[in-house]
Amino acid sequence: MSAAETVASSVRKGVPAITLAGVNKWFGALHVLRDVNLEVAMGERVVVCGPSGSGKSTLIRCINRLEEHQEGQIIVDGKELSNDIRSLDAIRREVGMVFQSFNLFPHLTILENCTLAPIWVRKMPKKEAEALAMEYLERVRIPEQAGKYPGQLSGGQQQRVAIARALCMKPKIMLFDEPTSALDPEMIKEVLDTMVMLAETGMTMICVTHEMGFARTVADRVVFMDRGEIVEQGVPEELFANPRTDRLKTFLSQILRGH
Amino acid sequence: MSGASLDPRLLRKAPPRPLRFSWSDERFRNIVYQVLVVAAVLSVFGWLWSNTRYNLEVRRIATGWGFLSREAGLPIGEHLIDYDPSMTYFRALLVGVLNTLKVAIIGIVLATILGTLLGIARLSKNWMLARFAGAYVEIVRDLPLLLQLLFWYSLLQGLPGPRQAFNPVTGVFLSNRGLKLPYIQWESAHSWTLLAVVVGAVLTWFYRRTVRAKQMQDGQIRSIWPAALLLMVGLPLLVWAALGAPFTIDVPELRGFNFRGGLDVSPEFFALLLGLTLYTAGFIAEIVRAGILAVSQGQWEAAEALGLSRRRVMNLIVLPQAMRVIIPPMTSQFLNITKNSSLAVAIGYQDIVSIANTTLNQTGQAIEGIAIIMLVYLTISLSISLFMNWYNKRIALVER
Amino acid sequence: MSDLAAGGTPAVPTVPRRAPITMIGPVAWARANLFNNWWSSAITLAMIYLLVKVAVSFVSWAFINAIWVVPVSPAGVANTEACRAIAGVGACWAVITEKHRFILFGTYPYEQHWRPAIVCLLFIGLYVVSAMRRFWRWELALVWIAVLTLIGVLMWGGILGLSYVPQERWGGLPITLILATFGLAFAFPLAILVALGRRSKLPAIKALCVLYVELIRGVPLISLLFMASVMFPLFLPEGLNIDKLLRAQVAIILFAGAYLAEVVRAGLQALPRGQYEAADALGLSYWHKTGLIILPQALRLVIPPLVNTFIGFFKDTSLVLIIGIFDLLTAGKTAIIEPAWQGFGVEVYITLGVIYFVFCFAMSKYSSGLEAEFNRHRRR
Repeated sequence: MSAAETVASSVRKGVPAITLAGVNKWFGALHVLRDVNLEVAMGERVVVCGPSGSGKSTLIRCINRLEEHQEGQIIVDGKELSNDIRSLDAIRREVGMVFQSFNLFPHLTILENCTLAPIWVRKMPKKEAEALAMEYLERVRIPEQAGKYPGQLSGGQQQRVAIARALCMKPKIMLFDEPTSALDPEMIKEVLDTMVMLAETGMTMICVTHEMGFARTVADRVVFMDRGEIVEQGVPEELFANPRTDRLKTFLSQILRGH
Repeated sequence: MSGASLDPRLLRKAPPRPLRFSWSDERFRNIVYQVLVVAAVLSVFGWLWSNTRYNLEVRRIATGWGFLSREAGLPIGEHLIDYDPSMTYFRALLVGVLNTLKVAIIGIVLATILGTLLGIARLSKNWMLARFAGAYVEIVRDLPLLLQLLFWYSLLQGLPGPRQAFNPVTGVFLSNRGLKLPYIQWESAHSWTLLAVVVGAVLTWFYRRTVRAKQMQDGQIRSIWPAALLLMVGLPLLVWAALGAPFTIDVPELRGFNFRGGLDVSPEFFALLLGLTLYTAGFIAEIVRAGILAVSQGQWEAAEALGLSRRRVMNLIVLPQAMRVIIPPMTSQFLNITKNSSLAVAIGYQDIVSIANTTLNQTGQAIEGIAIIMLVYLTISLSISLFMNWYNKRIALVER
Repeated sequence: MSDLAAGGTPAVPTVPRRAPITMIGPVAWARANLFNNWWSSAITLAMIYLLVKVAVSFVSWAFINAIWVVPVSPAGVANTEACRAIAGVGACWAVITEKHRFILFGTYPYEQHWRPAIVCLLFIGLYVVSAMRRFWRWELALVWIAVLTLIGVLMWGGILGLSYVPQERWGGLPITLILATFGLAFAFPLAILVALGRRSKLPAIKALCVLYVELIRGVPLISLLFMASVMFPLFLPEGLNIDKLLRAQVAIILFAGAYLAEVVRAGLQALPRGQYEAADALGLSYWHKTGLIILPQALRLVIPPLVNTFIGFFKDTSLVLIIGIFDLLTAGKTAIIEPAWQGFGVEVYITLGVIYFVFCFAMSKYSSGLEAEFNRHRRR
């Protein structure tokens, strides 16, 4: 597969899609991110895991500035995140996000959910935006639901729409914030399948998840966070097979017991 | 998170971020927006103020608060404190404030009682009672208060004169001169008795606290009501008896063309009180009903499943939850009564608005007159909202 | 049941038996809802007694003993002696028969009364159309502008062959509807801006909005109306004069704006934070986010309380009586100033009450119906 080859080559080349250097963040007096350094190459797939409250969600929410970091540098697609509105707008256009609670717009149909941002942010003609949306809805395998409202769909379907909605902006990078945590077990698979399919197209992905199976299949790298810092990172098989720190050992044993 | 707090690096504080003077900087942009909006608002007010200054000068309207100490020369029919027209405007306005508070406080008490009864009646199993309360609430809430006040006032004025007054119970007369009620001759003994009730209530509260504390120690449940009865009824009775148990009822009597003695309720006050009470009771009924319904059946079941008695379920589980829902809208109804009492001016009861309005007309000082009205109401509203904020913080449910 | 099974009887499907007569039917209903215990029975009986008594005396006052017409002298003075003779026993509806045109349309030229009558119908039509969900689109705003313009043309005249009627001669029901409707039309956008401002992260703008809302909500409407009638003329530069109705309208808009802003703010607060975040993550600008995602949802959420607030304003417009503007209530009160009709306030106020009630009751039923429907949707 040629796509996979190009991905592999870009990973090797190491063109940075996202660079975090010395990032610190506080909620009031609470220090939630501590000197986080992370580099994600173009086309790389990174899974971030860690116990709850470890700062992993905050980390990826900093990348498209849903949260503001207070110290350090975040460079996304060659542009630094700062108070500068132009660079923020540019970054948000290139970074798609999928939330734990889907956050579809309940007053708009599935199709309208998907065409909203292309029309108003990318200033695409409506026809074109709709064609694009249908293309992505087909790719997540729910084109027949286009006319329905989010409330009429199951959780798994809603999350797939949310993925399609983010893809309609043709982002270079996709962020996933625990995309399967709010789903019933039987729906997790359909969402994970969609994500695997997306990974195969060579999309740069950062994914906060507890799905270790998913990490094994698609991740180029797993990052383990605890108490606001990156404790360990590496290739999934290696990291899971021989964790070096006690913190990761404890975490892995809890996760495995849970399953 | 407790583990994290031990980390010494937590002590490092977030660094300040420098401000860039560039239009694409969000913070700079926000500051510019705010400066522009504030400047626009200030310039509008400045413009109005300079117009006003000019107009006042051209029309030779006096300004300042000097008029407050001048003789009012304005007659006031009902006053809680000593007053006659030779006193100052300040005194007159004070009388007005007290009249407002008088009708508001009595109205609040009556509307709360009536509204609570109606709210419970709406949930009654008795179809007739529930329907009646529902119809009452709907009718009263869908008619303007001012219309209701005028209706009651003209109904009272249409009543026969004192000689043909309605006399449903001995000593109670309803005529176009208002309502006459029998009244006990107030003596210092009564004031002391009243004080004893208050003291009794405070003591009961302390007693309840100590008993609860003891219960938490040894698990014994002790009943409180015998002591409460003793403190709140026995103590006042004792005080009253010790002071000679004075009790003379002053019954109004028809003498010539009018009544003598008794408690005099003017038609204006009566119509205002009636209107305010009946109107607000409709709203309070809805609040009470919603509060009771807000406590889900599941709460009853859960508490009963724990083996609590019905009374304890009510006191420990249902009421505290219902009150949380009821009290905030209830206070805003109390505020509404106070604000709505300003409609008194339409039927001639002399509250603060009516007296300030007369003052304004006599002195021509419109700005000061309206400022007084607004100041009085803002003070009342603000103190009630401060209390409410404090109360809400105290009872707020902790939720994630 | 277990007995039967134990007896080994073949499982013959039992014919569903009707519940005993004591469980269904009107008798059972009455037992369950009116006479379920002695206490409830006592209440029922007492209420039946009271209702019958009140109904009988009301019917005899309002219908049986009522006088509907009285002779009027050619000079236009009514002879109300017959009415005075039955005061307290029968109603004098003659005051309505005689004065209804005045109460409804005030001092508007008599032969032109068809104009305010059409205006009232237009207002009602506007309300009905706005209440229907299938018309909830942005185009509805255009309909409002068109109808309100048409209403202005009809009331003022001066063009299209209509004679000019100065604003001082308007009165009655149209004034009430104008104050309420224009009040809502202008207060609503103001309220949305203030509500957004109050949720803004810019401290100065937030403070201004809080100050406005709390100041207005802390004082009674009357004080604002007084301010409009005696202080506004002082605020404006010499030579610029706006008429009394417009000043009262401004006061009502400012008042309504503050209360509606709180209702809208409740809707904004009720939206989950995820909606804001999803819009941000898609890169929508503040105004796109607000206009496309936040407001459509927040406003839909608060329509029932908005209607209730509107009922409140509709009633509150009657307060302009105190500063002497000729609305429905003032017209009614003025109608009985004439010596011949003095003392027939109760009849007039009952009639006015019916008019106000019809409007408010319709709105309140609509609001509770909508609320029930929304709740059903949310549960699904």
